[in-house]
Amino acid sequence: MANAPILEMRGITKRFPGVVALSEVSMTVRRGEVHAICGENGAGKSTLMKVLSGVYPYGTYDGDIVFEGEEVRFSDIKQSENAGIAIIHQELALIPELSITENLFLGNEPGRFGVINWVGAQKRARELLHLVGLDEDPDTKIKTLGVGKQQLVEIAKALHKDVKLLILDEPTAALNEAESQHLLDLIGGFRDSGMTSIMISHKLNEIERIADSITIIRDGKTVETLDVAAGGVDEDRIIRGMVGRSLESRFPERTPNIGETFFEVRGWTVQHPVDPDRLVCKDENFFVRRGEIVGFAGLMGAGRTELAMSVFGRSYGTYLSGEIVKDGEEIKLANVHDAIHHGLGYVSEDRKTLGLNLLDSIKRATVSARLDKISRGGVVNGLKEYEVAEEYRKLLRTKANSVEESVGKLSGGNQQKVVLAKWMFSDPDILILDEPTRGIDVGAKFEIYNIINQLAAQGKGIVLISSELPELLGMSDRIYTIFEGQITNVLSAEEANPESLMVSMTSTRKTGPAE
Amino acid sequence: MSKFSNTMRTLTGGRGISQYSMIIALVAIIVVFEIMTGGYTLDPTNVINMVQQYSYILILAIGMVMLIIAGHIDLSVGSVAAFVGVVVAQSMAIWHLPAGVAMLLGLVTGAVVGAWQGFWVAFVRVPAFIVTLAGQLIFRGLNQVVGNSTAVPTPASYNWIGNGFLPDFGPDFGFSNPTLILGLIVVVALIWKELHDRRKRVAMGATSQPVWVSVVKLVVLCGITVFATYLFATGRVGTSFPVVGIIAGVLILLYSFITSSTVFGRHIYAIGGNSSAAVLSGVKSRRVNFLLMMNMSVLAAVAGMVFIGNAQASGPFDGTGWELDAIAAVFVGGAAIFGGIGTVAGSIIGAFVMAFLANGLSLLGLDSSWVSVIRGLVLLLAVGFDVYNKTQGRPSITGLLLRGFSRKKSSTVTEETLEAQPQNPEQPAAEKVDKVPLS
Ligand SMILES: Nc1ncnc2c1ncn2[C@@H]1O[C@H](COP(=O)(O)OP(=O)(O)OP(=O)(O)O)[C@@H](O)[C@H]1O
Ligand SMILES: [Mg+2]
Repeated sequence: MANAPILEMRGITKRFPGVVALSEVSMTVRRGEVHAICGENGAGKSTLMKVLSGVYPYGTYDGDIVFEGEEVRFSDIKQSENAGIAIIHQELALIPELSITENLFLGNEPGRFGVINWVGAQKRARELLHLVGLDEDPDTKIKTLGVGKQQLVEIAKALHKDVKLLILDEPTAALNEAESQHLLDLIGGFRDSGMTSIMISHKLNEIERIADSITIIRDGKTVETLDVAAGGVDEDRIIRGMVGRSLESRFPERTPNIGETFFEVRGWTVQHPVDPDRLVCKDENFFVRRGEIVGFAGLMGAGRTELAMSVFGRSYGTYLSGEIVKDGEEIKLANVHDAIHHGLGYVSEDRKTLGLNLLDSIKRATVSARLDKISRGGVVNGLKEYEVAEEYRKLLRTKANSVEESVGKLSGGNQQKVVLAKWMFSDPDILILDEPTRGIDVGAKFEIYNIINQLAAQGKGIVLISSELPELLGMSDRIYTIFEGQITNVLSAEEANPESLMVSMTSTRKTGPAE
Repeated sequence: MSKFSNTMRTLTGGRGISQYSMIIALVAIIVVFEIMTGGYTLDPTNVINMVQQYSYILILAIGMVMLIIAGHIDLSVGSVAAFVGVVVAQSMAIWHLPAGVAMLLGLVTGAVVGAWQGFWVAFVRVPAFIVTLAGQLIFRGLNQVVGNSTAVPTPASYNWIGNGFLPDFGPDFGFSNPTLILGLIVVVALIWKELHDRRKRVAMGATSQPVWVSVVKLVVLCGITVFATYLFATGRVGTSFPVVGIIAGVLILLYSFITSSTVFGRHIYAIGGNSSAAVLSGVKSRRVNFLLMMNMSVLAAVAGMVFIGNAQASGPFDGTGWELDAIAAVFVGGAAIFGGIGTVAGSIIGAFVMAFLANGLSLLGLDSSWVSVIRGLVLLLAVGFDVYNKTQGRPSITGLLLRGFSRKKSSTVTEETLEAQPQNPEQPAAEKVDKVPLS
């Protein structure tokens, strides 16, 4: 029964000026299955899905798409939607200022003669939210929701239309484990009710769990299709397909060489930027030692990013009180400029809106936080800029033709590498990494871990904020847990395990002072 | 055909010919007018006139493109130019200031006006659109207050900056010697620059272009220079290269350098491309915005001073509609409405397009109302063509949505929130302030 193909893509070739993103990619998706697509950053996964959903219209690619037994030639997204294909892009596209209902029906407002039937819309919105298990008032503004809930709104939006094939591009990249779990259950539920899904993810454990078959793409070519039901497919098997070899371990070996405490934040209290009655950080204390990797664990919205950004030159919220001590002296960081020049760096979790100017070339982006290092008398030395950018491109193995290429055209993972390059070049003593491996493939993750370890070995202090517990446990020397804007506990690498972290991440009770 | 397009690709450094669409459009406009006016468009007298009459567009376009890259706009440039013009004229008429001192006064006045507008834009965070709309009214009014709404004549010692020429010297070959020398300098500079760029590209390990590309480029550029030199050198007796041309030329070179090669220039693009990311990279966005507004008014002051020199008087209606000329030049020159994209060089091409159009149409004796209609259409077509080109093969709808998304979100981190103090809880007011360009 589940064997008839709902979709066949044959010989898809897609070229961009100077790059062949896909060459002769083929893939078959059976009706009612969850079909995963795996591959390294820049392999062409997102591009393939954009071809399928009409983002790149018929005529801009070569090859055939057969959907429900008919050859289809979409010239825009609207047409693929009408055919029953819905795509949820890697980057969410909701409008933050509008309510859930307004977002759900954007572009398909129910009603007649251009007059929107809000009563009907509300009712339908409730139904849709119920379908995805989201318990929120449909009038809530999107910007007040966390990423996980926004993701569910995206899915609800897709369900509004009659979806036969749901495409999810890295849906869980920004979600925590509980949210991811909920999402995967939801997709499983859809499968039981007969819907077909295609899912792209770098979280191989999730794929192993949910996928019925897996197509692996490498360098724009189909490598193989694995049938999970047939057995014998595990994470290592997938990785071998993706990178062409096995990875010995997920985290590189490291012997920590930890020095004295050189960075300390004391009594840090910060007010919410809009709501003066809310404190996003309440009297927080933490410290970092030389050569130490300090993890910050917490649920989404616990206040880790807010804490990090407020420390980084008060770039979030309104500073109320607290002090920062570095190398035995109190430093005042009134703005980001000061923070950078006092040796702080912050890799944002949100590369598109906070980390990069997407119009920049790789070259310009790489040096953008420390132009002073490659300029003299305010004049930028173009040659040095180029050399620096090349050096980091090679070091991080960013996939691009040249450093002149625009970062906006890179794949998500490669953009992340450019952000990392930017902050490595800024040469901070304290590097705060906020979800640094979000959307990064397994191979590249390992490389990034290696780099983090190297930085630590150079005596720098690393603050690692991550929602992936295995990553925190695998990398950190010490882990702080945060719950609702408060540091609740600090655990050494030996004490920490998923259970002990989870307890402190979900309760206010201060189990141990932060020394 | 494909051979031709391959050749064009190599010639344009792999970017394809569409990058040069505005230059092609400019050439087409010139050729069409040259034919329609029976060869008068490229007559030395007309070219010299044009430089003197329309250099204000060039000067304003320089400041405007920088503002537009950073995501702002300035609607007050015409009024500011007129206000500075009348201050300068009156200072000479009433206080009998020497021309040089009066010019200095003009620049200072421009800087003060710019500081005023910059304060509102950068520190109070009122959108530049509104601040300069107010400025348009304020400084138009002040122009008429200071000048009593009548024309104020300027002395001949001053008018030189508007209608003067490079002084002639040396033996008489029937050409203007300083113009020849200037032309020679430009040719040498072009060759030196091309060699320098080639060397730099090699150092960067970029695939070095074939030599013929450089040769073709140099032949074209030097050809244009020689031709222009010939035009300016063979004008009526007593004319040569206009002083305003020198002023505009120096400003163009200076600001091209600033925008492309300095830290300040990078900061302008950073703010326009993504202001939150810029702030999080340590850009002091308020300072940059303030300086940009100030710079625009100083350039408007220069334009105004040049203009009254050429007109030999300051009047109450000087500079009306200049902001539109400048803004049109910038957008014709390829700048993006959203900010982050644009170049001084492009805007200069745009300014030439607008100037040749205005000049050609008036030479044809077309009624000024039709001139206005045609210029409006050209602006619309130019930008429309550009937008169409850019959206080809891109996720246009999602692209726009994402764009809108990041725009909105990008205003959440501002220097305001960075340095917000407890007594300033009115954050949301600062939110949408960022971009209100002509959209
Ligand atoms: N608009 C574009 N212009 C030029 N090149 C592009 C464009 N979009 C994608 N590419 C290139 O196509 C290749 C595939 O990109 P794609 O986004 O499909 O990768 P991906 O497999 O989704 O990677 P990731 O896991 O990092 O999201 C990359 O090399 C990228 O640089
Ligand atoms: Mg992708």
